[in-house]
Amino acid sequence: MAVPILKQSNYLIATIQAALTDQDFVQLRDALVEKVGRFRSRGVIVDVTALDVLDSFASRTLRDLAYMIRLRGAHTVIVGIQPDVAFAMVQLGITLADVSTALDLEEGLAFLDSVDSEQARA
Amino acid sequence: MTKLISRDSGLEQVRIPIHSDIDIVSARHAGRSLAEQVGFSSSELTLIATAISELARNIIEYAKFGEVTLEIVNNGSVNGVRITASDTGPGISNIEMAVRGGYSTSGGLGLGLAGVRHIMDNFDLQSAPGSGTCVTVTKWKL
Ligand SMILES: Nc1ncnc2c1ncn2[C@@H]1O[C@H](COP(=O)(O)OP(=O)(O)O)[C@@H](O)[C@H]1O
Ligand SMILES: [Mg+2]
Repeated sequence: MAVPILKQSNYLIATIQAALTDQDFVQLRDALVEKVGRFRSRGVIVDVTALDVLDSFASRTLRDLAYMIRLRGAHTVIVGIQPDVAFAMVQLGITLADVSTALDLEEGLAFLDSVDSEQARA
Repeated sequence: MTKLISRDSGLEQVRIPIHSDIDIVSARHAGRSLAEQVGFSSSELTLIATAISELARNIIEYAKFGEVTLEIVNNGSVNGVRITASDTGPGISNIEMAVRGGYSTSGGLGLGLAGVRHIMDNFDLQSAPGSGTCVTVTKWKL
């Protein structure tokens, strides 16, 4: 189940549409890391609205993804973590420290825009 | 591949062989629908699915293959869901550390077993080096 990755101006948007296997998660990570370079993207959004579980493996892969993208000079925002999923992650003891999150796609885009303009000022 | 067995009690049992990461997703889905029958809330369903995910992944990661059994159980007054994850893999040499959390032999987060113990009501782990691992956990619909 490949995750479609859309290029929208300076950003890449990956929208997960159904439950992913571990292999799918790793593929998504690697595809985004590669595409950020190919399209010279400034930001990446991973939309996990459709996921009903974010276990320790998925969380770690998302965290690694965000770090790898950061090393490539772009920002990642995870959007759409559902309330039940957030509750389960906290119960499990999973932290996504240092990974930016936003409520939904719109908020995620607004966040990336603000990071971008901050960097332009600096 | 899922096998549905109806037992004398009328309660259901589902056995899912775990051979690849796709089976982790199947086990999760089967567990969610079984737990729905018991009437768990949507956040409890997510906790149960997450626990299945962690236990099934440990099978793939450490033992290569094994089996997850999901069943509806009843203790006289309340129903619940029991998850049994068993394998004939290498076993766990330091059970105490593995269950305490933050300990991983694979560079993982070490949150699987500790997390599952926290989110389920009953937790039992049988394991010895060389003789496989069996984790049995239950969540009651109170
Ligand atoms: N089925 C199993 N067979 C052998 N060892 C296991 C099994 N499940 C867990 N373990 C051991 O217990 C440790 C902790 O497991 P867990 O809490 O799931 O964290 P993680 O998988 O991130 O390491 C593992 O690193 C591994 O050494
Ligand atoms: Mg684990």
